[in-house]
Amino acid sequence: MTLIDYLSAALLIAGAIFFLAGTLGLLRFPDVYTRLHALTKADNVGLGLIMAGLSFQAESWAVAGKLLLIWLLVLLAGASVAHLVARGALKRGIRIWKR
Amino acid sequence: MEALTLLEWGFDGLLGLGLLWLAWRALTCPELFKAIVLFIAFGLLMALAWVRLDAPDVALAEAAIGAGLTGALLLAAFAKLSLVTGHEELKPARSEKNRIRFQHYWMPATTLLLVTAGLFYVILSLPPYAAGLSVEVASNLDTSGVSNPVTAVLLNFRGYDTLLEMVVLLLALLGVWSLGDTTIHREAAPGLVLDTLARVLVPLLILVAAYLLWVGAHAPGGAFQAGAVLGAAGVLLLLSSWRPHADLIAWPLRLMLVLGPAIFVIMAVLLYLTKGQLLEFPPAQAGILILILEAVATVSIGITLAALFLGGRPRRGKGQA
Repeated sequence: MTLIDYLSAALLIAGAIFFLAGTLGLLRFPDVYTRLHALTKADNVGLGLIMAGLSFQAESWAVAGKLLLIWLLVLLAGASVAHLVARGALKRGIRIWKR
Repeated sequence: MEALTLLEWGFDGLLGLGLLWLAWRALTCPELFKAIVLFIAFGLLMALAWVRLDAPDVALAEAAIGAGLTGALLLAAFAKLSLVTGHEELKPARSEKNRIRFQHYWMPATTLLLVTAGLFYVILSLPPYAAGLSVEVASNLDTSGVSNPVTAVLLNFRGYDTLLEMVVLLLALLGVWSLGDTTIHREAAPGLVLDTLARVLVPLLILVAAYLLWVGAHAPGGAFQAGAVLGAAGVLLLLSSWRPHADLIAWPLRLMLVLGPAIFVIMAVLLYLTKGQLLEFPPAQAGILILILEAVATVSIGITLAALFLGGRPRRGKGQA
């Protein structure tokens, strides 16, 4: 394994940890807003790390560019959908969790 | 190498079990909304399973149509259903009368068992490895006009399959339309975020659809995948309360809906008259003919899927003349 491979592996594992944490949060957090918070961390940072790890292995700049584009699209869609879900929940009168 | 194979077995095993579990949950879940979400999750895992089976074309179609658009259609139907019944949570009535009795399910259970046994027999009697028709497809690929074997089969060797699939989609839409009308009118403002999202994504989705259509000639992609992406753009527009102009919903919409199947049929008739065979493309012009067919098919499929999401025959609203 070369240095690039180690870097890739580190980024992929870090991304996987973010996804694991996000999934745990989705399962364990008390209400829809905190769950969204956990989920968007996995989608945004976790996917970003995985895309970074994969683009080090990409055979050409075009492939790396496509990976970057996928990440940006998921960022856009994820953030917007999280906002819409939260807005919908607020409109339905789901109260924000308090300790 | 050993560890990697083990990892792959583990992953595939989990995937298969997960699929079975999700399918069971989606079927037995008493809450409709939960069942729909489970069905969408099932579609996404199914797409992953197709990727593992080295069938990226099917995976694309499954993710876009099976999980994405069918999910959107089911959710739209659910929203209408809860509007009609006034219940947020739709649960089946659990009374003595509605409980499924043994007599009610021994017939389907027996049929299911017989079908399963038959399928097992067929699978077990298959030779462990067979090339199937892939050798013949590969040897005739030069005359098909494209270099992606899947597109060659779908549009050239078995073009009538694709034609009939498009007719099925059109019939589905006609079925929905015959159930009732939907008034075309602008609903409440969608909010800044959804509006911006639609404005950014819709041009991009159209670009992706064009790319999928073009790339289908030599790599996974093609009319159905491109049409599904176009349909998704339409669904996003409809969700952000865009509505087609009243003048467009009369004959322009209907023309776009039948354009794909119509061009297909016209081409089949012309080829029959000149070559004596339905949909037998001359090898020299096959590439361009397939591209034309796929282009019109993409537009028709996309608009049909978006029109299905509208959930009724569009009709002019009262405010519009």
